[in-house]
Amino acid sequence: MNSAPVDSQIHSPAARSRFADHPLTQLTLVRFREFLREPEALFWVFIFPILLAAGLGLAFRNRPPEVLQIAAVSPNLARSLRTEKLLSVSEFSPENGLQALRAGKVALLATPGSNGVVVYAYDDTNPEGRTAKMLADRAVQRAAGRIDPVGSKDRILREPGSRYIDFLIPGLLGMNLMGSGIWGLGFTIVDSRRKKLIKRLVATPMPRHYYLLSFGLSRLLMLVVEVGVLVGFGAFVFKVPVRGSLLDLAVLSLVSSLAFGSVGLLIASRAQTIEAVSGIMNLVMMPMWILSGVFFSAQRFPDVIQPVIHVLPLTAVIDALRANMLQGAGLVQLAPQLAILGCWMVVCFTVALKIFRWR
Amino acid sequence: MLESAPAAALRIRNLRKTYKDVVAVDGLDLDVPVGECFGLLGPNGAGKTTTIEICEGLTAPDSGDVEVLGMHWKTDAAKLRQRLGIQLQETQLSEKLTVLETLCLFRSFYHQGAPAEDIIGLVQLEEKRDSRIGGLSGGQKQRMALACALVGEPELLFLDEPTTGLDPQARRQLWELIEQLKLAGRSILLTTHYMDEAERLCEHVAIMDHGKTIALGTPRELVASIGIEHVVEFSAGGPGRELDLEPLRRLEGIRDVKAENGSVLMQATELHLAVPALLAELARQQIPLTELRTHSATLEDVFVTLTGRHLRDE
Repeated sequence: MNSAPVDSQIHSPAARSRFADHPLTQLTLVRFREFLREPEALFWVFIFPILLAAGLGLAFRNRPPEVLQIAAVSPNLARSLRTEKLLSVSEFSPENGLQALRAGKVALLATPGSNGVVVYAYDDTNPEGRTAKMLADRAVQRAAGRIDPVGSKDRILREPGSRYIDFLIPGLLGMNLMGSGIWGLGFTIVDSRRKKLIKRLVATPMPRHYYLLSFGLSRLLMLVVEVGVLVGFGAFVFKVPVRGSLLDLAVLSLVSSLAFGSVGLLIASRAQTIEAVSGIMNLVMMPMWILSGVFFSAQRFPDVIQPVIHVLPLTAVIDALRANMLQGAGLVQLAPQLAILGCWMVVCFTVALKIFRWR
Repeated sequence: MLESAPAAALRIRNLRKTYKDVVAVDGLDLDVPVGECFGLLGPNGAGKTTTIEICEGLTAPDSGDVEVLGMHWKTDAAKLRQRLGIQLQETQLSEKLTVLETLCLFRSFYHQGAPAEDIIGLVQLEEKRDSRIGGLSGGQKQRMALACALVGEPELLFLDEPTTGLDPQARRQLWELIEQLKLAGRSILLTTHYMDEAERLCEHVAIMDHGKTIALGTPRELVASIGIEHVVEFSAGGPGRELDLEPLRRLEGIRDVKAENGSVLMQATELHLAVPALLAELARQQIPLTELRTHSATLEDVFVTLTGRHLRDE
């Protein structure tokens, strides 16, 4: 049938068919077929996170330093101010200048006062106004002949790893792992139970643990694509760094996915309707979307609830992913997070197995 | 299997099952001989499905003894599962899988059995081999459910209302399939509330009502046991011209007379005497006959005689 070497047992037709006809292979294939034949699921798992990352990445992209608009009332003043590259100076009459300032068209209005004093009009609660004032004053002083007593040089740092998109990609990855773990298992299991498909399978000699295991296996293979697509997108399009080892990242994703899968299994273990399971899933995931630091740092929440936030599985996943991707942390440094995930996995899976409704 | 074959494929003794405040099965005894198609008849809620699900090992009984192929669920569950074929009431298979994929899945659970392709041929779904289950008709879905029950070459088949909701042609097609299975020597326990189905397919039937067997025997024995050979059904008269039923009860060859939904049902022992007598009585009361039908007594009539209700009464 094929040209595989004779000594390779795996490739002999008999062995291959034994593999293909194994209940676990068949059940896992069913998981894949059901998933791939559901276009909506494909969208939510693969396309949506990329669209989200692309959208947010664009919104929060690092722009070149902004040039501030200011107004000057006299031509002399305007000339001195134009020596500063970060200022764009327009000449106005005093009344028009004040109007432009009030309308926010300019950040600052420079007017010559009595005794050679320069008057800066600006809003000190507006950071642009304060910056414009410092830049304008420096330009005026230097034009008048000031020499700075201490020399200085600028070294500009715009390194990947400290931008918003760098913060965001691991957050989205964690959110995605949670979503596909919990939704993927929750909906499929409850739908099968509602349609009495689980009951039908239980009426066959199918070993029950194979049924649950098939979800784990299919998650595992899907994981490679899910993580690969999002991390690859971040790395190629936004140059998001992946500083830790890829193997560590793979192990981390695997543990995360299994932990969320167990949570999903527990959520789906008793529910008999899609409505019920949707409610529980949202109840479980909503706090983590808000608290676990997907879009902004979890540090912003009060100290009192920090211990709670830290034991949430999504917080552990995102913290570990950020440490791995951005700081290059290895599994040893990530032990606390892995331990938290391990606990969620073992506890949820054990309870789910105990209370699972097989019909 | 070289184990000594048990005389009964299924043996039930004093089975009881209660759900909250409803007694579903109330001290049931049953024997299904090897190689026979046994029918469990009764209206909805009679306890048929509970009984069959206990036999299938899906529901635990409160008390009583169930012996399947000489084994017990408590001790031999794994062995039993390999040797039974099960069709649940209204089985829903995964809509997104094809016929072949579904059968390959079910086939993978059993040690023995024909290849999935052969089973597809057996249930005549060759043309639908690569169609998704979601696109099958009701009859095709039921044949598919039967195919899933057959992949493990079962010695004993449980079929729970296999033709409910099907059109007459699809029912007949399924009956032919079940007859083929009988010829292949498989034992079958079948529940139905169609009496014609039981009469056609089953060697023995048990009529169930309120969790108990109220009659047991071959269809012919049961029909004979009620002492009625024929049923005469007619409509006569109309508003303002009420028929007096009393004289009918005294006619020769008539056992029972009942008015029902505007028509009258008479149980007759001798049709050749009953019909002329009926016509004479109608003429005497001067009431015109609008409809007249007779049929040989069926299991349906057995049920009506025993319980006073129809099988498909709500």
